[in-house]
Amino acid sequence: MIDVSGLHKVYQDRGRRVEALKGVDLHVREGEIFGVLGQSGAGKSTLLRCVNLLERPTSGTVSVAGQELTALGEAELRRARQRIGMIHQHFALLSSRTVAGNVAFPLEVMGVGRAERAARVAELLELVGLADKAGAYPAQLSGGQKQRVGIARALAGRPSVLLSDEATSALDPGTTQSILALLKSLNRELGLTILLITHEMHVVKGICDSVAVMRDGLIEESGGITELIARPGSSLAAELFPLPAPESGAVTITFTGRADEPVVSEVVRKFDVDVSILGGALEEVAGVSAGRLRVRITGDERDAALGYLAARDLLVEVAP
Amino acid sequence: MTWEEMNPLLWEATGQTALMVLWSTLFTVLLGLPLGVALVVTDRGGLLPSRLLNRVLGLIVNIGRSLPFIVLMIAVIPLTRLIVGTTIGTFAAVVPLTLGAAPFFARLVETALREVGRDTVQAAQAMGAGRWTIIGKVLLPEARSGLVAGLTVTVVALISYSAMAGVIGGGGLGDLAIRYGYQRFETTLMIVTVVVLIVIVQLVQTLGDVIARRLARH
Repeated sequence: MIDVSGLHKVYQDRGRRVEALKGVDLHVREGEIFGVLGQSGAGKSTLLRCVNLLERPTSGTVSVAGQELTALGEAELRRARQRIGMIHQHFALLSSRTVAGNVAFPLEVMGVGRAERAARVAELLELVGLADKAGAYPAQLSGGQKQRVGIARALAGRPSVLLSDEATSALDPGTTQSILALLKSLNRELGLTILLITHEMHVVKGICDSVAVMRDGLIEESGGITELIARPGSSLAAELFPLPAPESGAVTITFTGRADEPVVSEVVRKFDVDVSILGGALEEVAGVSAGRLRVRITGDERDAALGYLAARDLLVEVAP
Repeated sequence: MTWEEMNPLLWEATGQTALMVLWSTLFTVLLGLPLGVALVVTDRGGLLPSRLLNRVLGLIVNIGRSLPFIVLMIAVIPLTRLIVGTTIGTFAAVVPLTLGAAPFFARLVETALREVGRDTVQAAQAMGAGRWTIIGKVLLPEARSGLVAGLTVTVVALISYSAMAGVIGGGGLGDLAIRYGYQRFETTLMIVTVVVLIVIVQLVQTLGDVIARRLARH
């Protein structure tokens, strides 16, 4: 649905050359929620702005819904943007317009007639649960309500893709959950493809199907979220399940979707080993439970026990 | 001088001041608003960046603002003749008043428009809005409170500039104060004239404040 390849972005800032993107490839499949995770300054915001060409990449191509945006002229690009929704960290609502007026704005841009506009606005406000706030001004709304207006506005043009620029970063935890739930239900019910950028792990954990970890203008790792966690040396797994630095010989077992299997007791029963637990974390990720367990395994049959665990399709990492 | 003598003089002068200020306010907005918008959109990172145009417009505005009004009034006499057909009288004063106030108003427009968040403009761009739509439906409406405040300051400045219009026979309250109050030692008339000016400025400022505050509430 979104294909980005070979994306470079270089800024010239008072003679200083800043390379924000250093060759980024990104492939977002239709109907998935794709999260780009990274610290501020990693280039994720630039990446997102390059997807709808708010920023012109220095080189590389961007395609959305089969249309190569980087090849379009200005008028065609404006039309293409009407089919790409975007929501913003600080909502970016028009303070001089009511809620209904804000949602109507993209429809005015598209040239939709007054009667049809009013009907569509009512429908959209109903969808985000703000039907009773149509006449209110943004200043009278809470942060969560403002973001709901932002979402309604972004959906006005029936987009196939929604871009989310840190949409929950300015919200409190409870409101964040309700906005994430709304995005998830829009994804399911409308088949909306969502590309979101965030620095918050819990956003990725909560709603993303796939994730890319960005650092210093490059994508460090990307893929399906459960698949990534199970990959050796994954920085996503390390961040998701923070464990203290391992002592020499400590064993880290990473599992996805099989948290209820009694692997530890099986190992102890089958082999002549002792297992002591050093640490562990369990999280619900992309709808399945996944976790990491740090243990010390001692005894004569340690190697056999490790082999048994690896054969069980668990990711077993032994600290040197 | 008695009240009966002062009254017609005061009414006539107030009418002339009102005429000068109203017409020059209209033309100041027609000239200064586009100029202010142009200053913002041609700037670096604006909707239509053009370094050259931005510099040229900035220079014109600065020149306009640095000329003392009394000098400007004399300097533009040929232009006044071209536009109005005469160089003296109330209407002739509208030309230098407009030229004096427009650059001033343009800077205030520029400041008001810069208050509109970059976010808001980018959001409109992301929705596929073109430049004119963004100017007409985002920048100007979002800045309307600041624009009204700027206009209020400009009208007050115009009232004060118009006091000098006597130099080219424009009449008005300022002229009355100088000719009768100062040159003929009619102290009472002088004081009354000043009081009328204070009341007018006070009314304009209060009205402007009320409107700006109401627009800013949202």
